[in-house]
Amino acid sequence: MGFLSNTLVVLLLVGGVWLARLVARDRYWRENATQLWRRRPLALITLALFLLIGVLDSVGWVGGGASGEDDVAALRSRTLIDRLFQPERFTEASYSAPLARLSFYGGQPLKHPGKHLLGTDILGRDVVYRAFKGVRVALLIGGFTSLIVIPIALLFGVFAGYFGKRIDDAVFFLMTVLASVPSLLLLIALVMVMGRGTLQVCIALGITGWVHFCRIARGETLKLREAEFVDAARALGVSDLTIIRRHVLPNIAHLIIITFALSFTGLVLAETILSYLGIGLDGSWGQMIDQARNELSRTPIIWWNLAGASVALFVLILAVNMIADALRDIIDPRTRREGR
Amino acid sequence: MSAPLLSVENLVLTFPAETGRIAVVDKLNLTIARGETLALVGESGCGKSLTALAIMRLLPKPGRVEASSRIEFDGRNLLELSVPQMRAVRGGAIGMIFQEPMTSLNPVTTVGDQVLEAVWLHEKMSRSAARERVVELLHMVGIPDPRARFSAYPHQLSGGLKQRVMIAMAMAMRPRLLIADEPTTALDATIRAQILALLRQLSFDTGTAVLLITHDFGVVNEIADRVAVMYAGMIVEEGTRRELLSHPRHPYAQGLLKSIPRPEARGNKLLEIKGVVPRPGRWPPGCRFAPRCPSAFDRCQAELPHRTTLSSSQGAWCHLVEYEVHT
Repeated sequence: MGFLSNTLVVLLLVGGVWLARLVARDRYWRENATQLWRRRPLALITLALFLLIGVLDSVGWVGGGASGEDDVAALRSRTLIDRLFQPERFTEASYSAPLARLSFYGGQPLKHPGKHLLGTDILGRDVVYRAFKGVRVALLIGGFTSLIVIPIALLFGVFAGYFGKRIDDAVFFLMTVLASVPSLLLLIALVMVMGRGTLQVCIALGITGWVHFCRIARGETLKLREAEFVDAARALGVSDLTIIRRHVLPNIAHLIIITFALSFTGLVLAETILSYLGIGLDGSWGQMIDQARNELSRTPIIWWNLAGASVALFVLILAVNMIADALRDIIDPRTRREGR
Repeated sequence: MSAPLLSVENLVLTFPAETGRIAVVDKLNLTIARGETLALVGESGCGKSLTALAIMRLLPKPGRVEASSRIEFDGRNLLELSVPQMRAVRGGAIGMIFQEPMTSLNPVTTVGDQVLEAVWLHEKMSRSAARERVVELLHMVGIPDPRARFSAYPHQLSGGLKQRVMIAMAMAMRPRLLIADEPTTALDATIRAQILALLRQLSFDTGTAVLLITHDFGVVNEIADRVAVMYAGMIVEEGTRRELLSHPRHPYAQGLLKSIPRPEARGNKLLEIKGVVPRPGRWPPGCRFAPRCPSAFDRCQAELPHRTTLSSSQGAWCHLVEYEVHT
């Protein structure tokens, strides 16, 4: 766990708390939050669980490991999740099926019979534990990259759309250039140049990912710029920046939220592809899926590694998508149901 | 007589075309006195809306106000103001309401907040004071239960109520001039009468002058003090409402009046003006109405008519009228 990604986690947490306070203070947002809870309780609980696991996996300190381990292992910081699972002790010799009592190859009795909910992998590590370890990486990749992408894309897109002319030309040129480089190649090149840390991968994904949303924001702003209520605001003597803040941004808020969700899920999925290419992040679900490739061709088939990572991925993405969908309906007064 | 509140002199608006810039409004002169309601009447495409936008300096982009023009408002030439100065004039001294109340309000903000924005823009006050002012404004424009309507979204209001909200926004700073660009075109007849009555009453109560842009003589009859009839980028006749409605002199103004259905003329064929308004750039060299005029003669084809004074307030730009008056 590097210093940078620790800072990231702290930043994300502080941002989350700040947002929650903002929501709690304003009546409008508090109502929206209540609405959201009423519509999607399950998805919210699921997301909260994922967040909890992510946070638990971010709080760690050195020491307190199993006795008799070597010096290197003793100096590694262990997170709460590590301490909960005690991975050093909770391992088998090699593969074992979910809830099995005997090892997969050879039929030896296991050290912890019936305790591995999703079996163990080739090194005997518990799959549930590994899937839990992937949560933090996924949340960081999805959340932090979205936080880089959306402000940049909004800034460029809205300004280009609203002011047009030179600014529009410049932004469009930048987008065209970026769009004409195969994004996967650019991604690989960026990761190669910057290295393979969490932040680096986030930045690389951000650089390749903002074009799409920028295009949407620009198009929507172009449409809004001609709207009569923008004319009316101008006739009232409202300045351009205020028009952007008060009339353009609120009208694309639903787009921002849906894009945040789509980009979040898209980015988590993109990381799987990076792992497949061998430049993913350590401990991610992508790596688990990548390693599970060979296991699928064995007989009898070893499916639990793949299943563990895929189900975790699927559940997280489904939850986020459902929340975003409901949130968009709630925020946009045009689709809001009467008589709340 | 004191100086007029607004005087537009020699206003020329041009748009680019393949053959250079084409004038869409040509040497237009217009004055509005304090507290007066002037109706600017004309068919679609005659340049009346562009004139209004030009007064607000909101002419859409390729369009340009030519340098010879003067728009004098309260002693200042609006065309020479800096952008921040002009912003203070908009919504401050001059308010404007638009044709489409359905789309003139931001759909994702409550109407109260939108009026609040208009109030806050030109006057610093506390939030609660501004809120009170908004409720007062909403009450003033005849919105029932203004406190509850404060937090309503535009889609929850009817067209008439939305137009009332627009009027409240435009009147927020007690402007000295209110420009209303076809304020009732998108509304049905009963609501139209209510909105016009509201405008008339507001103008009377606050002393705000109104520049009303319309194509409907019914509207003119309800509200205007003075009328200017526009055709193809020029004014063809001006006068008080009584003069224009009872004895218009320009053939175009006469034609417009005859084309209004009247109950006493039941059974007779409704008269129309033949042909359509010529497009800007295709204007004839002489009188612009000549090709459609039933009583055009040689001189009409050749030269532009000058103003013929008919009374202290009425004037017409027509060779025929000039001929009749001088003989």
